Amino acid sequence: MSDVLTHVGTGLVLAGALVFAVGALGLVRLPDVYSRLSAVTMAGGLGIALMLIGVLLHFPSPLNTVKVALALLIQLATAAVGGNAMARAAYLTRAPRAAATRFDQLATAESLTPTAEDVVGVEVEPGDVGPVTEPQGPGDR
Amino acid sequence: MTLDLLTTLAFVVIVVSMIAAARRILRGPSDADRGAAADVIFFGFVALVVILGLRLGNDLVIDIVLVATLVGFIAALSLARLITGGKR
Repeated sequence: MSDVLTHVGTGLVLAGALVFAVGALGLVRLPDVYSRLSAVTMAGGLGIALMLIGVLLHFPSPLNTVKVALALLIQLATAAVGGNAMARAAYLTRAPRAAATRFDQLATAESLTPTAEDVVGVEVEPGDVGPVTEPQGPGDR
Repeated sequence: MTLDLLTTLAFVVIVVSMIAAARRILRGPSDADRGAAADVIFFGFVALVVILGLRLGNDLVIDIVLVATLVGFIAALSLARLITGGKR
């Protein structure tokens, strides 16, 4: 029985490492900082959580269960908050968005697109929505 | 034997992920990219501590991981504040 728990725990640790690797792959391959952050935040938090459960199955005891439950709670809550803070910092420093994420499905309906007169208190240049400065080229991987 | 093999495989996977994150720190292009990659490297170290605990057969690493998750959260928030230059 304990042998089964040990094997399942080792499998969970390996699964956590693989989820972590998927996050790192997204960090390398995705085109802009916001999509990279989404990959890193999800995969990092879930990977560490899986590895923690794997360690618990190797050393099952009531005290370890409480510690791992606390660490899991902290990890799952703070990974999301940390990722959100980082994405907010990226937005405030005007990090460029990838061109593929700047779609506007109603762009042909000229009468419905907001003009500079419609937006009170905000100066809007035609064709410039938000703090985007330069769309990032596909050459940067 | 299986434990050794699988933990070695997990070790290699984590180290390759950390090297990829280090490459993202070097290339940028924005500071937030570097902050996210630094976060990945920190969590990679936590994962290496977990694997070390399995190899040593010692459950004290659970305490280390518990503290490291708290410290990592504060580190991520500090990096975010550093990137914005102190603006909220």
